[in-house]
Amino acid sequence: MVQKLNFLKETPSQTAGPYVHIGLAPGAAGFEIYDQELGHDIAGPNAAGERIRVEGLVIDGIGSPVKDVLLEAWQANANGVYAHPEHAGPDHTHTVDEGFRGWGRVITDFDSGEWAFDTVKPGPVMGRNGQMMAPHINLWIVARGINVGLNTRIYFEDEAEANTADPIINLIEWEKRRATLIAKRDMRDGKVVYRFDIRLQGEDETVFFDI
Amino acid sequence: MSKPTKSQGDFYQRDRRWHPPALDRNYKTSVARSPQFPLISLENTPSEITGPTFGHNDIAATDNDLLNNFASPGESPIGERIIVHGRVLDENARPVPNTLVEIWQANASGRYRHKKDKYLGAIDPNFGGCGRTMTDEDGYYYFRTVKPGAYPWRNWVNDWRPAHIHVSVFGTGFAQRLITQLYFEGDPLIARCPIVQSIPDPEAVEQLVARLDLNATIPLDTIAYKFDIVLRGRRSTLFENRLEGN
Repeated sequence: MVQKLNFLKETPSQTAGPYVHIGLAPGAAGFEIYDQELGHDIAGPNAAGERIRVEGLVIDGIGSPVKDVLLEAWQANANGVYAHPEHAGPDHTHTVDEGFRGWGRVITDFDSGEWAFDTVKPGPVMGRNGQMMAPHINLWIVARGINVGLNTRIYFEDEAEANTADPIINLIEWEKRRATLIAKRDMRDGKVVYRFDIRLQGEDETVFFDI
Repeated sequence: MSKPTKSQGDFYQRDRRWHPPALDRNYKTSVARSPQFPLISLENTPSEITGPTFGHNDIAATDNDLLNNFASPGESPIGERIIVHGRVLDENARPVPNTLVEIWQANASGRYRHKKDKYLGAIDPNFGGCGRTMTDEDGYYYFRTVKPGAYPWRNWVNDWRPAHIHVSVFGTGFAQRLITQLYFEGDPLIARCPIVQSIPDPEAVEQLVARLDLNATIPLDTIAYKFDIVLRGRRSTLFENRLEGN
């Protein structure tokens, strides 16, 4: 009899279902209950860096916008530092701006399926083996019909040089698929807006990661 | 569980055969919402190993009491009064302290307080159906609520969800982010539910079933169920893993 490895198994995932808003965004479900809902402000008012808006649709295999999605964003600040104790460096040499959490939670509009969040553009973050990663926002997507939350990354069109060298983008063997991770930059009313549509299935399917 | 804990490395790879697949034709909505290409597997970088942190300033101390957090003063929701409690652990069986656990659920009639839910089951004026809490230093959490009712849903025409509570957990890294559903011991609908049965391994299904816990009940007041949550564990770096730098 061989010895046992005493590891536990991860709790299996289940879909967030159609009413995810009740728990994670009750205001959108139609009632007020908490003093503060979490995840409305990613960067806080004091964070340095370029203020940007990121917006898009989540589109299903038929080409229809999905209108019951919840998305969470996780990003570094403009200097490429995450608001997390393990990323603060030796003796906490790197700090984030006061009020910068780096995490946000948004839902799609019930009628249009559009989602959007305001933040600062993240800086590049050092990846593995001394390879710098291009600026990116990590995204996690849950909804009815999605059994395990989908992970992807938002990169920025105007960082072409950094994107070309990005070790994660370069893991994608099918070069044509890399473009699905690049948000398009635009200006609207003097504000920088990045467009990032997510295609769950079919033509131009967004690249999803097993992180 | 290896002994050295000097330095924490990558998360263990997620066992995608333990989790439900993206596509399960019996859960019809998954058909048009599942990617066709395989996921691209990454080795962890700081983007995956880090994740948001929350403090007690983010939530109110009473947010974990669904019997009271929406009820009018002096009133109480209708339904079976239950405590749901347990620990958040990682795959190394170590507690995950100070992490945010959020739940949401239908009321005792199986009706959600959501403007999109049109089920005949009655809304309970004293029940909201969401709660949140932080685990303590030992990874322990608890909620007080009513046991949710089963409800019908448009999948096959006579499909009924077992009684369940949706559970969302963060852990310490974005790679641990998890949403799941808690079911109740003995519920005959568990074996008939396409969402539950999208999980291929019966042992994995069992992991989602909270057990009646008579030792944690409050006699003459509230019955209890125990539900432990396991998040991905991390490697100890026995040898240099070159996560950052050279």
